[in-house]
Amino acid sequence: MGFIEVKDLKVHYPIRGGVLNTIQDYVKAVDGINLSIESGKTYGLVGESGSGKTTIGKTIIGLEKATSGDIYYEDQLVTNRARSRQKKYAAYNKDVQMIFQDATSSMNPKKRILDVVAEPMRNYFDYTPEEVKRKVVDLLEIVGMNAEAMYKYPHEFSGGQRQRIGVARAVASDPKLIIADEPTSALDLSVQAQVLNFMRRIQKEYNLSYLFISHDLGVVQHMSDDIAIMHKGRFVEQGSKNAVYNNPQHIYTKRLLSAIPDMDPTTRAAHKVERQRVEAEYDAQETEYYDPDGRVYDLQEFGDNHLVALKPEEPNASLQNEKVKTGGER
Amino acid sequence: MAVERSLLEVNNLETGFRFGEVYHNAVDGVSLTLKNNEILAIVGESGCGKSTLATSIMGLHDPKNTQIKGEVLYKDLNLLDLNEKLYNRIRGNDIGMIFQDPLGSLNPLMTIFNQISESLEYHSDLNEEQRKERVLELLNQVGIPRPEMIMKAYPHELSGGMRQRVVIAIALANKPPIIIADEPTTALDVTIQAQILDLMVDIQDETGSGIILITHDLGVVAETADRVAVMYAGQVVEEATVEELFANPLHPYTRSLLNSIPHELEADDDELHVIHGTVPSLQKLPRKGCRFAPRIPWIKEEAHEEDPVLHEVSPNHKVRCTCWKHFHFEGEEK
Ligand SMILES: Nc1ncnc2c1ncn2[C@@H]1O[C@H](COP(=O)(O)OP(=O)(O)O)[C@@H](O)[C@H]1O
Ligand SMILES: Nc1ncnc2c1ncn2[C@@H]1O[C@H](COP(=O)(O)OP(=O)(O)O)[C@@H](O)[C@H]1O
Ligand code: SF4
Ligand SMILES: [Mg+2]
Ligand SMILES: [Mg+2]
Repeated sequence: MGFIEVKDLKVHYPIRGGVLNTIQDYVKAVDGINLSIESGKTYGLVGESGSGKTTIGKTIIGLEKATSGDIYYEDQLVTNRARSRQKKYAAYNKDVQMIFQDATSSMNPKKRILDVVAEPMRNYFDYTPEEVKRKVVDLLEIVGMNAEAMYKYPHEFSGGQRQRIGVARAVASDPKLIIADEPTSALDLSVQAQVLNFMRRIQKEYNLSYLFISHDLGVVQHMSDDIAIMHKGRFVEQGSKNAVYNNPQHIYTKRLLSAIPDMDPTTRAAHKVERQRVEAEYDAQETEYYDPDGRVYDLQEFGDNHLVALKPEEPNASLQNEKVKTGGER
Repeated sequence: MAVERSLLEVNNLETGFRFGEVYHNAVDGVSLTLKNNEILAIVGESGCGKSTLATSIMGLHDPKNTQIKGEVLYKDLNLLDLNEKLYNRIRGNDIGMIFQDPLGSLNPLMTIFNQISESLEYHSDLNEEQRKERVLELLNQVGIPRPEMIMKAYPHELSGGMRQRVVIAIALANKPPIIIADEPTTALDVTIQAQILDLMVDIQDETGSGIILITHDLGVVAETADRVAVMYAGQVVEEATVEELFANPLHPYTRSLLNSIPHELEADDDELHVIHGTVPSLQKLPRKGCRFAPRIPWIKEEAHEEDPVLHEVSPNHKVRCTCWKHFHFEGEEK
């Protein structure tokens, strides 16, 4: 059991139209996913743009409303309560933080870095101003920045520095889970390396968990223990990094993995042949992997900590979504 | 074997942007040749001058705030000497262009047919019937399904990948011998990126054109390029065939970049290589001595050259400076 359990989460956005602006249909941004988050581990969430990754993150943190499904935090039902001001949800609010691709968008440009980073501490702890300052200095140091950064404003920093400040702020409330949505996607390679290194160091220091969202399979492989591959609002495959990367079963996972550029130019031709073979297989076998409505099947247990959304063998043989053992259990 | 004659020759190109009364070079003494039948990749992190190099070759700079020196030789012409009217003929006719953001390079109010046809009208004397045929042929060539239908669509009705295919079709419309693509797949998902890169390689095979492919992604380089120039702070620091560059990278910048690519961790405390400091802004760029030296502070001052130049270290492999002979990563013995 994880300290956070997400059960059969669905987030459907209504599409309105017509003369009366009535609901015509729904975008099923997230359509029945399960997550079990244990402490100290990183869960990678990969998929192409529009697959629903950000919506999952935002719903867990309460920026979007769940249409159905449950989110439990230490066995307490917290679905759609994350922004609640009620005291009984305070621990949840404090313990789950989110970092976005562009940290700047979540920083008040008129606030100094000291106040940006201190904000979560002021919300959740009764520190004296001296304590706050000392802790901000410590946090900045952990992400490789000088104390003097405290008195500057967000625009005075480079993109990489702002992402690191974003990490420092997310850590300031001493959370248990940080949802990191494409935290390095806008950064150059060497700056990305720096942010990823700091994230891993902080993780060890605070026994943090990450829900690490990215479209970059290389980055996710570097960071994660467990991985979920997402397509059309659902998970096509979920499990240990090793199982998903080295023994992919769903055609969509195979397609995604084979599209990662190969860093060895000498095997380029073979890689291209393999990629095009998988692509052709994907086109030919769509009906084997998606139901007649194009929906991803329910996950089934495939191996140890490895779930795959395969076509049910026969009616009723499929496990109910709710009963499926979720990723993260070893 | 490819014809070795060069198609485009860039000699000592300097492009400076005006800051008040002074110009600071974003491209600072770049020399490159593009041959027929090859993909030359230009790789480096953001701000190193890749796009400025591309737009300088294409004559797309505002002359009031830009100062360009050097030569861009094409068919015995120095393109930098051409007036705007002649340059317009060269663009589209001789040099096709593909940019990162397909939506930005398409007219939202024009159908796909009209956009491609417009370019044909301007640069060729095909009649309407022939133009329609050519548009269909181009859409087929770039792998657009149901071209008869797509032709009538507007850009916003297409996916990002389809739009980039349309941009490529426009770039190819007049069969230009040179194509310049600036981050053509950066905004796309990996599966679409793979398709677009395959398409570019196929086109290059079919047409024998020379392609300058600009990217920050070493994976894209490894998958597509024949030759690679690595840029840092406005200069080429290393140039080699793609096999040579990945097998035997020499310049400290190239080696640092390769070391910061995320990979599967071998040990729990395994860390990615971080390059010290940041790329300086144009105003702060050291104009004397080596630009990369401040990024590798553990290398002793005496080891650096005063004014490092590109040396040929083996056939098809050039490296700026001689520092690579002594370079080692921090904490590593040489
Ligand atoms: N507020 C919203 N209203 C309507 N549709 C939305 C909204 N937010 C996201 N979507 C749609 O939901 C789907 C998933 O989006 P998102 O979670 O942002 O995907 P990802 O992060 O994987 O790119 C997309 O089709 C997107 O257009
Ligand atoms: N029009 C401009 N005016 C002033 N500076 C510019 C202009 N265009 C680019 N620069 C600067 O020139 C340098 C190189 O930029 P660019 O060619 O866009 O790099 P890249 O494409 O490699 O990211 C950067 O420092 C950038 O800020
Ligand atoms: S040794 Fe040369 S190229 Fe290398 S960092 Fe020093 S001066 Fe630059
Ligand atoms: Mg997203
Ligand atoms: Mg650029």
